[in-house]
This record gives sequence, structure tokens and C-alpha cells, in this order.
Amino acid sequence: MKQSIAVTVNGTTHRHEVEPRLLLVYYLREELGLTGTHIGCDTTSCGSCTILLNGQAVKSCTLLAVQADGADILTVEGLADNGKLHPIQEGFWEEHGLQCGFCTPGMMLAAVQLLARKPNPTDAEIRHGLDGNLCRCTGYQHIVNSVMYAARKLAEHHLPAVPPSRRTVKAP
Amino acid sequence: MIPAAFEYHRASSVSEALQLLQRLSDAKLLAGGHSLLPMMKLRLTSPAHLIDLGRIEAMRYIRQDGQTLAVGALTTHWEIESSQLAHSTAPALAEAASRIGDVQVRNVGTIGGSMAHADPAADYPAAMLALDGQIVAESPRGRRTIPSVEFFTGIFTTALAPDEVLVEIRVPATSGRTGQAYLKFPHPASGFAVVGVAAVITRDGGGRCTRARIGITGVGPAAYRPTAVEDQVTGSTLDEKAVAAAAAHAADGVDVNEDLFASAEYRAHLARVFTKRAVLAAAQRGG
Repeated sequence: MKQSIAVTVNGTTHRHEVEPRLLLVYYLREELGLTGTHIGCDTTSCGSCTILLNGQAVKSCTLLAVQADGADILTVEGLADNGKLHPIQEGFWEEHGLQCGFCTPGMMLAAVQLLARKPNPTDAEIRHGLDGNLCRCTGYQHIVNSVMYAARKLAEHHLPAVPPSRRTVKAP
Repeated sequence: MIPAAFEYHRASSVSEALQLLQRLSDAKLLAGGHSLLPMMKLRLTSPAHLIDLGRIEAMRYIRQDGQTLAVGALTTHWEIESSQLAHSTAPALAEAASRIGDVQVRNVGTIGGSMAHADPAADYPAAMLALDGQIVAESPRGRRTIPSVEFFTGIFTTALAPDEVLVEIRVPATSGRTGQAYLKFPHPASGFAVVGVAAVITRDGGGRCTRARIGITGVGPAAYRPTAVEDQVTGSTLDEKAVAAAAAHAADGVDVNEDLFASAEYRAHLARVFTKRAVLAAAQRGG
């Protein structure tokens, strides 16, 4: 039997009837068309499906959409504010934090959570905080540099790592 | 990977979960789902019903209850890892929590779910055994408390009855000259414990060990206490030589796991090395 869920994603509330076995990452990608959240390993290992669920980084391939009923979700599409890049996005741009870019959305969301918990992280703390995200291109050093860049930028402008909730619009 | 179809039920209380468990056949309890959903995606299990406990906020707490640390079954690994109370009253449990998987997994996975799943390479069971922890289960017959030494009975097997819900973890608060440690050799890809050893060591004023409790995970079909090591460590001065001699018995009598990554011989060797290190680390922390 389908279940009715309401999920707020990047400030917009969506209501859908979903099959209980629908995984959250498929809900985001196929029901909502938000394909920035990637499916990599599909086994809770690679972290490319990482999103923020009620402010916490989670792997959306290992959650059911019904578990997210009532939740507030942030995906990579919600990081920028009116075309202005989030400091973590700017960091990846400036510090060359990606090559192929497949891991990048998950990497950035995990980094946002890391910066929310540790605004001034050390190199080791960044590597520990990104332990759940695999990158097969960069060797990680430029990703660490990107997170450092974002930490400096957030501190400089007194910004919270997790962008404040977008205006919540009720979908019909 | 897509799990087989199932009916979804959301419990709003433990009593509602118990009723659903009574009424539905072939039902599984869903907590964080970080063990269950991967298995369902691989179709290793295809329950007809899932009973979601995730909304029962009353099962999510960390509190001191006299001389005991009580942790609600739905408490996440991250909540335990970041709890001052858990670190000060049961450091080995908090340390085990902090070594599970990665941060995303620790944000969702729960202590009750991990205990009930009883993966032979899970981290908590070692800490629970070393801490003399207890598991509280609720059923229509009431509540009962299961000592951890009786709880983990085999591979993915526990003493829980099919109609029981694991509701709480209880661990005695540390006291006196007691030190605790959990050390782990993680599998480089999965992060699971190839070997994980928890030690809780108490010493007297002269530095001699008066009590030793050790839990080992990843090595056998279920976590176990190497009692020969505990007996030999107790009464010793905890110098490296004495501890190494005792730790040589860490895998005695155990049917040691073997896989592509670690042969039984290598795993038994790691068990001895990590037992020595964990006992020495706990002794040092105990002052």
C-alpha cells in the first residue's frame, strides 16, 4: 500500500504517494527531478548520495523515502542562494576540489555538516569528517584545501555552514 | 538495488510496536535501518512487514540512572559519540560508537539496532561484554534484563525472543581506579572490525590489577570474553611483559573467522596484539 509523505527539500514542501520500498535517493532523483544527488555504490560506502536530513549528513541510498516523511532536506541544488555560490562550492571551484565531479555533491554536503560541527577544522579533522565519501580522482588533498577555504570564508563573513532554510512553499 | 515490496507500519510507542509485532507475521523492526536496509536491498531478507520505530522519541535518550548509564535503543552512534555523559561514565562504549562506519552512518545507525542485528564484526558487543552491560527487552509479558554475556549467542543471533523489542542498553558507570579502552583494526574498505578489543581494568593503590574485563569482536562467530586472559591479567602488575603473556590466550578455544581479507591465523594474531594494546591502554588511562 502506498504511503503519503510530505518532505521539504531546499525550502519547498512536496507531497507524494510513494511505495514504502522507494529509497530516498530515488525519490529525490526520479520523483523530484533533483539529479544532483548521485548514486554511486548504492551500498552505503561511497557517500555520493549524501544529503542533509534535518541538518545531519546521511546516505540517501540507505533510507526509505517514508523515513524522511516530515523531514527538512538539503541537497546540492539548495546550497547556492539565488545564484550566489555557497562558500563550500566556491572553495571547490577556487581550490580545484574536483576532477570528474561525480563525488562532489555528496562531498560538499558532508563538508557542510563537518563545518557546522567544527567551524575551524584541522587537516586531520577534515579527513576524518569526510571518511564516508570516496573520491577516485583528486587524491583528496584539493578537497581538504576546498574545505579549508570554505571554513575561512564562513568565519570571515560570520555565516552558518548550513544555509538557513529557504522560504517554505507548500506544493499543491 | 531495490528491496522487495513490503507493508510499512509506523509505531508511535513501544506498546504499539509490540501490538504490531504480535499481529503481523514475518515482520521486522526498523530503527535506523543501516543494517536492515542493505540486507533488504541485496534481498538477503525480504520481510512482509516493516514496523518503523524511528518516530518513538521516548526511546532516544542518554541518562544516568544511579550508578548506571542508560541509553535508549534509538539513540544514534553519533549521539553516543558526542555525549559528555557517555564519555565520562562509559568511555569504552563512547569510543566504540565513535569507531563505527563513517559519520553519515553514525548519524542514522542506532545502538539498539546494532545490538539486535548482532553482526559478528560490530563494535558495540566488545564494549558491552567488557563493561558487563545489560540489554533491556520488552514484550507483552513485560520487561526483562539480559546480561550481555548471555545476549550475543552466535552469528547475527541474540537471546531476543521474536515478540520482544530491545528498548534500552544499561552499562555500570565507571568508578575508582578503573580505565577503559576500545581499540580496533578496521577493515580498510568496510570499516567493520577485523578485530576489536575493549578492556576495562581496575587497579589497587599499589598498581596491581584487581579486576579485568575484556570483550573481543570480529574474531569469532559472536563477540566473547577471553576469560583466560582476564584471569591472568588479574593480580598482575600490568607491565607489558605480563600483559603480553596473558594476551597470548586471546583467541584460545575460539573458532576464528576467516575471509578474503584475513586468514584465521592472521586474525588470531591481531586478536592477541590488540588485546595486549587495549589492556595496556585501559591500565594507563585508569591512572
